[in-house]
Amino acid sequence: MKDTQTESTNRNGELVAFQVSGQDFCIDIMSVREIRGWTETTILPHAQDYVKGVINLRGAVVPVIDLSSRLGLGPTEPGPRHVIIITMIDGRTVGLLADVVSDILSVADAALQPVPDIASESARAYVSGVIATDQGMLRKIELARLLPASRPEVA
Amino acid sequence: MSGNDLREAFFQECEDLLEALQEGLQQIDSPEHDPETVHAVFRAVHSIKGGAGAFGLDALVQFAHRFETVLDRLREGEISADGPTIKLFYRAGDHLSDLVAMARSGDDAAEPDGAELLGALDELAGDAEDEDLSDLSFQPMTLDLDMIGAPDPDAACEKAGQSASGAARWLIDFTPTAALYASGNDPALLFRSLAQLGALTVHADTSGVAPLETAEPGPPGLRWQLELETDAALPDILAVFEFVEGMCGLEITPAADSLYGEDGPKPALPDNAAPGEATAIDAASASDPTAAANDETSPPADAGAGGPDGHDSAPPPATPANVPGSPPMNGPTNGGKATGAPQPTIRVNLDRVDRLINLVGELVIKEAMLAQSIAQLELPNDSSLHAGLDGLKQLAGDIQEGVMAIRAQPVKPMFQRMFRIVREAAAATGKQVRLDVQGEHTEVDKTVIERLVDPLTHMIRNAVDHGLETPEERLGAGKPAEGRVMLSAAHRSGRVMIEISDDGGGVDRERVRAIAERKGLVTPGADLTATEIDNLLFLPGFSSKDQVSNLSGRGVGLDVARSEIEALGGRVLITSRAGAGTTFSISLPLTLAVLEGMVVEVAGQTLVLPISVIQETLQPSSVAIHPLGRDSHVLANRGDLVPLVDLGARLGYRSEPPVLDDRVLLIVQLDNGRRGALVVDRIHDQRQVVIKSLERNYGQVKGVAAATILGDGRIALIIDPDEVIGAGAEPPPGDMPAAATG
Repeated sequence: MKDTQTESTNRNGELVAFQVSGQDFCIDIMSVREIRGWTETTILPHAQDYVKGVINLRGAVVPVIDLSSRLGLGPTEPGPRHVIIITMIDGRTVGLLADVVSDILSVADAALQPVPDIASESARAYVSGVIATDQGMLRKIELARLLPASRPEVA
Repeated sequence: MSGNDLREAFFQECEDLLEALQEGLQQIDSPEHDPETVHAVFRAVHSIKGGAGAFGLDALVQFAHRFETVLDRLREGEISADGPTIKLFYRAGDHLSDLVAMARSGDDAAEPDGAELLGALDELAGDAEDEDLSDLSFQPMTLDLDMIGAPDPDAACEKAGQSASGAARWLIDFTPTAALYASGNDPALLFRSLAQLGALTVHADTSGVAPLETAEPGPPGLRWQLELETDAALPDILAVFEFVEGMCGLEITPAADSLYGEDGPKPALPDNAAPGEATAIDAASASDPTAAANDETSPPADAGAGGPDGHDSAPPPATPANVPGSPPMNGPTNGGKATGAPQPTIRVNLDRVDRLINLVGELVIKEAMLAQSIAQLELPNDSSLHAGLDGLKQLAGDIQEGVMAIRAQPVKPMFQRMFRIVREAAAATGKQVRLDVQGEHTEVDKTVIERLVDPLTHMIRNAVDHGLETPEERLGAGKPAEGRVMLSAAHRSGRVMIEISDDGGGVDRERVRAIAERKGLVTPGADLTATEIDNLLFLPGFSSKDQVSNLSGRGVGLDVARSEIEALGGRVLITSRAGAGTTFSISLPLTLAVLEGMVVEVAGQTLVLPISVIQETLQPSSVAIHPLGRDSHVLANRGDLVPLVDLGARLGYRSEPPVLDDRVLLIVQLDNGRRGALVVDRIHDQRQVVIKSLERNYGQVKGVAAATILGDGRIALIIDPDEVIGAGAEPPPGDMPAAATG
């Protein structure tokens, strides 16, 4: 959140672009730790449908969020072609389920435009800006908003 | 940098010393105490003073010095440790630890208590006060002259080196056992060999020999004190006794002064070293007759000179082991060594241990993965791969156990702190309280201990403040005026049980109920069992004290204590009997790192249940299951009706009421003493699992205690049966879970 804002205003940010349910999204590369293929998750009881479960990332327990479901684009039936983008969000390691990672690009700050007013509320909730590209439009995801601010008080 | 390291080492040392001080004071306070205890207390204070002097911590030095002066008088028997005095000592001990804490944090705010305390101490110190104000050097312990052959090893110092340069005088205390005679050895021959080394004086102590009329063929009573003047080195002397090693009590001491009292020879030699320095070599070190062997027994001179604390590891001079007629087993020890001396220890940065523990955890997981892949190969049973794997498994288990043992610490230091809490709480409430502890050597993971200190402090204060009555009330109820708080720890079926009990009036249920109703915590007139009322005490915002005291009674004590304990995977139970007292039982996991678990399958998910809670496993067909209401069932088990809970449904993995026929029932013990039956699909395995935090990246999940990684690299959730069964209603599906909900 803070990172992305300072970066987007002060310098050229590098972004990781990926597809979710046919739409192009991107996140700041600084928050990406690694990209992995889909592995079966362990389902968490009483979790929201967009929480796919947890995976073992070299001994750490990492939750996986179905971006498509979270962004209101319908649940994903993950298969071997899907990817999990491991990100650091607010001190937590979280995996994001996406269809495919398409590109890594450098974008000038000026290229980032505010979300048009026409966009629906659900889209505006997680998208902090849009970038027009040759192929179309990249929606920049505000990672911190993906997780509710419900970090346990006592870790 | 190194100065800081030294300073830090000093403060760590201080912690140990303060603990020894507290312990010593308690022993002095107890009806029968060893005179040695006073010395130990004195030494502790003295060592703190010495160290503090080296770091220029003047306030600490001054106070320690006054305290020490008084203790010295106690040691000399000039004052006695009666009630008020020992109370003063306790307070002085507390003050000293405050001063140490202040020096450590660099905070030099004046202690309000200090001046008054100093005055009281000075009063006790009497006129002895001024005489050694300038004496900051180590003062050797006085020798107990009436204990023949028990030289003071405290100021121990290796003298063998000096003997090489010229004739030295050695005192040899020699007590043969029956085994020596039985093996055909003759003391006279040994003495003859000794005589070849130099001038030898032999003094036979026949006091241990029974008179002829009553003599029985038994342990020999003869004992010899020899004085040998020789320029031979210590190993040469030891060599003489080489063949009788283990068959005699043997103490060889460089003569400092005559230890013989009236009836012994008293030659005076001019080239004696500093009086009071002595070395005690037990016969065990004779097996390796090199000077280095002495390191085990007494610190060499240079270590002793390195700091005033060097003497601390030396055994106290009490109880000589080589008493005639009580031959020590193998390798007689010098006095007190076996009982008094601490085991050598090292201080290790906790990070290193934790890293090691993580690595071992990974090792165990890898081992399980390997086992799984090998199992898939379907090799013949006699394959060497299986044997190798078994060996690896064993090793990994041993390593894990060993590493965990590093983190395990006795609860003693934590319990020791509670004495002070009780004293302060008693002083603040005007009650007379005695704290008794039990099982203080119980070992628990260090993290558990650290995080238990606060809740335990709360609960101890609570016991004094709320649990115990005032002395008048107690006397009125026919109890002794002095209230008793018991603190105990014990290992019970893979968990640690810590109990805090008082012999007070028990929970005043009427009042608790009234308060809870007034505060809107329960509906007025609600039908509550005694246990339910007792548990109201744990509710946030409950404070039963009408007047908020500055001790407990802020209404945050018990509920915070409970949530802290629950965060550790522990539980608190309260039991109370009117007029007889209240007991809080805390049950805690031994470690936060591993768990003995049963791996089960439910609705295609692999789950782990702590083995410690599982009482039995049953086939559903073998028991009577009764429907109760629309969807619930109970089953009859050992005379109880036990609620039946489908684990899969409760966790939201499946919804349909399960067909129980090919499932398995696990009877689990809940912490409130009740039991429950969990339905699972299959039992896979029983194994040790490494506990991984789910909260770190996600949050708490109702019914799930933690996670672990199985052999196939996948994550399995560790179930908390209490939460699963306790949570009757399906909890509303949360977002990403919110903060802990107790």
